[in-house]
Amino acid sequence: MIKGKFIDNLPKVYGIYTGGFIGFIILMAIGEQMGMTAKAIGVAFVAFTIFIYAIIGWLSRTAQADAYYVAGRQVPTVFNGMATAADWMSGASFVAMAGGIYFKGYGYMALLVGWTGGYVLVATLLAPYLRKFGCYTVPDFIGTRYGGNLARFCAVVVLTVASFTYVTAQINATGTIASVALDIDFQYAVYIGLISILLCSMLGGMRAVTWTQVAQYIVLIIAYMLPIFWISNKIGAGFFPHFMLADEVARIGELEQQFGFIKNSAADLATVPKGLAGITKAHSAVNATPWAFISLALAMMMGTASLPHVMMRYFTTPSVKAARKSVGWSLFFIFLLYSSAPMLATLSKLSLIDPTLPTGIIGKSFAEVQALDWFQNWNAANLMFISDFNGNGTLELNEFFMGGKAVVLATPEIAGLPYVISGLVAAGGMAAAMSTADGLILAIANAISHDVYYKMIDPKAETAKRLLVARVLLVVIGFAGATIAAMEIQGILGSVIWAFDFAMSGLFFPLVLGVWWKRANRQGAVAGMVLGLGSAIWYLVWVRTGGSGFLEITQLTFGIFGAAVSLVAMVVVSLMTAEPDAATQRMVDEVRIPSGKTVTGK
Amino acid sequence: MSNAIKHWEKTRSLLFVTLAIWFVFSIGIFLFAAEMNEVTGPFGYPWTYWFTCQGSLGIFVILVFWFANRQEKIDEEFGFNEREDS
Repeated sequence: MIKGKFIDNLPKVYGIYTGGFIGFIILMAIGEQMGMTAKAIGVAFVAFTIFIYAIIGWLSRTAQADAYYVAGRQVPTVFNGMATAADWMSGASFVAMAGGIYFKGYGYMALLVGWTGGYVLVATLLAPYLRKFGCYTVPDFIGTRYGGNLARFCAVVVLTVASFTYVTAQINATGTIASVALDIDFQYAVYIGLISILLCSMLGGMRAVTWTQVAQYIVLIIAYMLPIFWISNKIGAGFFPHFMLADEVARIGELEQQFGFIKNSAADLATVPKGLAGITKAHSAVNATPWAFISLALAMMMGTASLPHVMMRYFTTPSVKAARKSVGWSLFFIFLLYSSAPMLATLSKLSLIDPTLPTGIIGKSFAEVQALDWFQNWNAANLMFISDFNGNGTLELNEFFMGGKAVVLATPEIAGLPYVISGLVAAGGMAAAMSTADGLILAIANAISHDVYYKMIDPKAETAKRLLVARVLLVVIGFAGATIAAMEIQGILGSVIWAFDFAMSGLFFPLVLGVWWKRANRQGAVAGMVLGLGSAIWYLVWVRTGGSGFLEITQLTFGIFGAAVSLVAMVVVSLMTAEPDAATQRMVDEVRIPSGKTVTGK
Repeated sequence: MSNAIKHWEKTRSLLFVTLAIWFVFSIGIFLFAAEMNEVTGPFGYPWTYWFTCQGSLGIFVILVFWFANRQEKIDEEFGFNEREDS
């Protein structure tokens, strides 16, 4: 491959790609008019996009360590921003977040603030310094800065726990979408999802993942925005929804007043399928205490700054300066989707509950709702449910239940958009989940192959052997993740939030203090990682098994406890033991200056 | 070396300023969420609702770019800017 030329031609290459994708959407729309079935369109969308990613993965194959681990450190800022945004926005952001906001309102919007605010911490505290360091992986930084295999190994453990929790959720999401779009059993769909994920990363490592992630970002952002604009225009809410939905938000408030939030009895709720929920919280009113909101936002922000698969994206930029700018671009591309999620939740809710809209179902008779095509489909997929609890024959607000995923996946159908949009949304969800899963599996496999195998077990291993180990690990970790995902232990959004809590408990302070506090030493870092992660796991188990918890720290925010323990342990142990040697202190000075060679000398 | 110390001092004050702004819009304002939501804000949304879905998020985007530019100026001032450009 002509590498230099490819980098120079990026805007053109992705411009053609975007045009081609839009052409494909139009082609499918024509197909729908000519009588293509909904199922065929769904299959075509998912299969076509995965095929394109696989081609990119194949073209980016490499046998060089630098290209495999850090994409040759030549990814331009804007493209790295897109890749990071795709890496970052997972199945949880794409499929589950609008649903969370739909059901929980203000309380869950802390996720929007947390998952964007965290990038301020990434930009100021870590990314430029880790780029200057010149490492391949996050444990590589911990291992070199603090010295010793123990610190390196602890970092690998924290990374693996956090990323693995996260990756099972992503494989679960790819499985859900593949099973709906391709109409196959979830148990098998999970492995189809996995194979697509591995196609992107196996041959080219970070380089292949970078270029597929850019392609996946383009698909997912089109797939998320198009339905929102379309629905907004269709129901006459305004042509640019983000600036024009104030009346609709107020209208939902009125309807909530009118219907009231009637609590269902426990006996009634027991008949509702697991995982489905009704509307029980106000849409735009402040329905959480300040601490509940702030603690969730804070946990997500610190988690953002500790998740290795995000951090390692900034190792791929050409310079320290580019790493900083690239964080800005990442956040901009993430902002586009996150600022749209509440708009989708608003439009989706209004379409369903407003009796004056043709799509509204509240207040209609049960027979009428049961006759709706989309209701039958999503009811069969176990994502929608109605039951006439009060026996009056008409559907009330508290008698309609929906799965969180359905808000994104089913809204186009509910609002009466052509099926081509639903197919597009499925492809977008698949892109979001695949891109994140790729980043995560690669982060784990790279950490184990580079830090455990190469740095600790066999430092003399040749590049070919190292990359072989990395690839074998990629497959093994992928299959382990898929096997656990097939068991469906925790919902998508829940596992993702746990991953953030684990990451911040073990890695936030060892990383940040590694740059900002020269006095931090090996003993302190090890104590911080071990006690931080250990106490976080203990707290989670305690709360899950009926413990009361304290300070209202819940099973979604337990990372705050873990990180606090980590900070105290790290500072106390560092101060009790000898200060780091002169060479380490010089290394820290070196990291703080952007110019010159990287610290590891590459 | 004193050059490096001065550079680091300036870098650190920039960090504090950036984190102070970050703190206000990620944590500070949400202490008054209930009161703030009573007032109509930009585009007719209630203030708190607007901050959670657009305001804070947009401010973070601008803040990161602003920070990156300031830091570049500091690096140039002390001659620590990288020669190669991306």
